[in-house]
Amino acid sequence: MYQFSSKLKITAIALMVIGLIGIIISFASAPSTEAEAAEILAHQTDAHGAHGGDAHATKEISHDEHHEHADKDAHHADTTHDAHADHHAEEGHDAGHLAHVLHQLQNRPWAAFYVALFFFTFVTVVVFAFLNIQRVAQAGWSIVLFRVMEGISGFLPYVSVIFLGFLIITALHGNHLFVWMAEGTVDPSSPNFDPIIANKSGWLNVPRWLICSIIYLVGWNVFVYLNRKHSVLQDNASDLKNYYKNYKFGVAFLAFFIFTESMSVWDWIMGLDPHWFSTLFGWYVFATAVVSALTVIAMVTVYLKSKGYLEIVNNSHLHDLAKFMFGFSIFWTYLWFAQFMLIWYADMPEETTYFVQRFDEYKLLFLGMIPLNFILPVLMLVNSDFKRIPQIVLGTGTIILIGHYIDVFVMIMPATVGDQWGFGWGEVGSVLFFLGLFIYAVFTTISKAPLIAKGNPFLHESEHFHY
Amino acid sequence: MSTNKVIHALYNDDDVLMDAVKTVKEANHHIEEVFTPFPVHGLDKLLGLPHTRLAICAFIYGLCGLSFAIWMTNYMMIQDWPQDIGGKPNFAWIYNMPAFVPIMFELTVFFAAHLMVITFYMRSRLWPFKEAENPDPRTTDDIFLMEIPVEDNEEELTALLNTTNAVEIKVIEKH
Repeated sequence: MYQFSSKLKITAIALMVIGLIGIIISFASAPSTEAEAAEILAHQTDAHGAHGGDAHATKEISHDEHHEHADKDAHHADTTHDAHADHHAEEGHDAGHLAHVLHQLQNRPWAAFYVALFFFTFVTVVVFAFLNIQRVAQAGWSIVLFRVMEGISGFLPYVSVIFLGFLIITALHGNHLFVWMAEGTVDPSSPNFDPIIANKSGWLNVPRWLICSIIYLVGWNVFVYLNRKHSVLQDNASDLKNYYKNYKFGVAFLAFFIFTESMSVWDWIMGLDPHWFSTLFGWYVFATAVVSALTVIAMVTVYLKSKGYLEIVNNSHLHDLAKFMFGFSIFWTYLWFAQFMLIWYADMPEETTYFVQRFDEYKLLFLGMIPLNFILPVLMLVNSDFKRIPQIVLGTGTIILIGHYIDVFVMIMPATVGDQWGFGWGEVGSVLFFLGLFIYAVFTTISKAPLIAKGNPFLHESEHFHY
Repeated sequence: MSTNKVIHALYNDDDVLMDAVKTVKEANHHIEEVFTPFPVHGLDKLLGLPHTRLAICAFIYGLCGLSFAIWMTNYMMIQDWPQDIGGKPNFAWIYNMPAFVPIMFELTVFFAAHLMVITFYMRSRLWPFKEAENPDPRTTDDIFLMEIPVEDNEEELTALLNTTNAVEIKVIEKH
């Protein structure tokens, strides 16, 4: 049995408290009026000016783009008032721009929280999916890691409660993350009317969105509960009844998951850019999550082994996990590039805007993902000997996790805060908060059952697994 | 070495062979060669054979392929005759890079795979019309054969091999 050390518990709680403080600061410092937004903007321009001409110029260009945007909107609204058109447009110009920036600045703490929330939720549910893949495939090597994976899955109920709360607040207009939820987007008489969103309102409507989201989360949690229950029951069972039940639940979960995974990604991520669509987006987000999930499994395993709790795990098990990290890093790159290259090649305006914005406003992060998520993992983990060294797996794993957090960041932020992004209290605080909660929940779950799933018929094979 | 004699010890099971290899190794005799009809897991480790470096070769060949692809696409599409083909940018190689990635990938794999296979053939001296070096045709079917050079210790070796459940022990003059 694993003993949750008090040192780790205090670390987890400290992370949660620091994270929470960061989140509160970010919410408190978000502007509530346009005047405050203008002040922040002025401050930004000053700061950038001090840093040098280039940064200043970029800022100015992006501002100009907003001006153009606002101009068009203003003209559109004023077309009927010919006499005052110019005057109004001039006023609408500034006001429209400020309103736009204000929304982005108000979105920032929410979006920062959402990035971390989504990342941790998805990674956890994919750890559970990986556990079920291992069960259904009757893998012989990974049985000694099942309790680690079950422990990580134990984080899902915690994060689901927060996610559910977040979804309900969003549905009740507590934030402006999803533009299609705004007032009047489907009402032809409203100045907010958006025919593209209106055409998609059969899918993009709040009741459907909320109900489906609840089905995904509750469904996943039910499977996590059933899996854990039968896994623990099997420990002291004299027959294999629970094992077979878990096998069947595994098959059912994977069937359920392949649909809900895709749909939840449409709802939770692609819905942020309701004018844009991509066919392989669901798999692409899955690829991000599965690399991170395997990394998390490897990291928790290495930690527990270093504390002497997983003596049966040998470096061949680590080798296999690292091989999966390596393989799925390439798989992620394949999907990332397939999505990018098809859109870049055809260059159809309605699809390309997605990448134009990311390339213009998030260039460092967008391009930085490639070395972090592809080049470094491939070069580090291509060597068979390196895959057996815990320090290398931990180091590469850290790079991979940072890279995939950035990936989620670049999925969510451009649609919600545009060029007003940064790494401040909210972003760092959210990650620390969820990291603390993750550590707390995972190691609490792990400490509640023996670290080796005794009743599994493949356990003997797994104990003697070597590659 | 005074003679060209070798001992062939034949076995009909891979586990027995492994035990025999261990016995002979422990008695500090040099094993010249082992012939088996199929790969015997762990035999190379027992014989103390060094790790293959074929994977390192493949990695380097892959880098060569990647470099070749980059050079080729750059020379053909950007340097030699930069045409506007469907609006694809050709001011510099990097602007059109995504279009070249499939070629870069395939050539990397092509070079890595083929050159590695050719390296393997050359290092293991395999080619068409090569004379087979099989000491006993049964080793391609169900017999395992261990070959040990004799250095004035024929009796001692035979006695040792007799303890290893060999189905047949032959002393052969090699040319």
